[in-house]
Amino acid sequence: MRRLQNYRDLLIVLTQKELKVRYKNNILGYLWSIANPLAFAFVFFIAFKVVMKIQMEDYALFLISGLFPWQWFANSVTESPTVFLGNASIIKKVNFPRGIIPLTIVLQDMIHFILSVPVIVLFLIIYHKAPSISWAYGIPLLLLIQLLLTYGVSLIISSINLFFRDIKHLTVILVTLLFYLTPIIYPETMVPERYKQLINLNPMAPLMISWRGLFLRGGLDPPYLLSSFIYSILIFMCGYIIYRRLSWRFAEVL
Amino acid sequence: MSEKAIVFDRVSKSYPRYHQIMGIKNFLFHLPTAIRSLKNARYEVLNGISFEVYRGESFGIIGRNGVGKSTTLGLIAGVLRPDSGRVIVNGRISPLLELGGGFHPELTGRENIILNGVLLGMTRAEVLKRMDEIIEFSELGEFIDQPLRTYSSGMYARLGFSVIAHLDPEILLIDEVLAVGDIGFQKKCLDKMLGFKRMGVTIVFVSHSMGDIEKICDRVMWLEDKRVREVNESKKVITDYINR
Repeated sequence: MRRLQNYRDLLIVLTQKELKVRYKNNILGYLWSIANPLAFAFVFFIAFKVVMKIQMEDYALFLISGLFPWQWFANSVTESPTVFLGNASIIKKVNFPRGIIPLTIVLQDMIHFILSVPVIVLFLIIYHKAPSISWAYGIPLLLLIQLLLTYGVSLIISSINLFFRDIKHLTVILVTLLFYLTPIIYPETMVPERYKQLINLNPMAPLMISWRGLFLRGGLDPPYLLSSFIYSILIFMCGYIIYRRLSWRFAEVL
Repeated sequence: MSEKAIVFDRVSKSYPRYHQIMGIKNFLFHLPTAIRSLKNARYEVLNGISFEVYRGESFGIIGRNGVGKSTTLGLIAGVLRPDSGRVIVNGRISPLLELGGGFHPELTGRENIILNGVLLGMTRAEVLKRMDEIIEFSELGEFIDQPLRTYSSGMYARLGFSVIAHLDPEILLIDEVLAVGDIGFQKKCLDKMLGFKRMGVTIVFVSHSMGDIEKICDRVMWLEDKRVREVNESKKVITDYINR
């Protein structure tokens, strides 16, 4: 019982630590965390709307509503390879569930994402739209799905990286690749018919489509919601199993 | 004799060789050799060691560098698993982290006390309850609200030891950390450890300082060549060790 309380506090204190270090208690920290996805949205807007003249309404809003949740996933995953290495001195001395460390990273990025939702609202208003009442259940639901999925990926990468130390480079490449294969800067409806089935093989695709549907239309497509949920469960289980099998050796190889 | 706090029963421990921890690129390019080396290449640090530590006892571990002292502590803390044999521990373990371990340089001393205390197994409420005592013990004064990057290494050590001094440990693991801080604070640490001893805390103490070992420990184990060379009362083992 006391032990569980300690683990819970560990999770809270470590997440707070990350947030405090990032924000150093000032507003600039917040601006930095939304500057990155905004800058990307700007670049894609210039490239596709201004230069290539893609035929889409509200393209800036469209970009923002996909890039913000993606940013959460991408940040957590690219940070994963170093999370255990960065806490080597603790892992070698103290016996606690090591999985707490990557979880704090994922939670921290989730909080950044939640804090960036007002920016999406701002863009909705600029485009003469309004947030929907369905956000009240849609956002928590998708948060949970993405939390599971991201944590699963993070567990896989952080655990394996201790045994193969160059996973870091591979991760960056794969995240970039996955970004362009996921309908974020283009709508899934523009994907040519014969490649459409391939989208279903990408675990991030249904989730990103769901986020966008929720933000832009205030609705969730049950098939996409269901498949993103199944993917998140599968990936989380996969990550947990790998972590369980390797975690007792962490202190040996650090 | 009294109750046993720690029992090592023919414990062996080996580590993977360093070249095993390579990149995935190397692994794939040298697949057959790589798989073979995964299975074989481990080097042994401890070979079937057995010893017991009794409750309330202060137990020292000495030996040359790389002989397995820290590995033994890791096995007691449960962060390492033995290859064979059994490690039995009765009681809550508090490891004293190395200098700066479990601290973050950007957080203030106060914030780091909470972080460190929780890492060492306390709940947040427990740390907060003892906050004033901890700060007073550390003698850090107004520095306590400054970020840790402004601290000297001696001040780091003060903060670390102050947290552990207020832990209510049952079994305290100390790995060569007293040799920092000024003489005044070192003496205070030593006094605190002797205080723990009087309170009946089991202490396992790894050090190269025979003076500290002799002051604190009731019995000492001398590790050599993967095995226990000698376990006996402190004076005897230290004399043998020095005259080896």
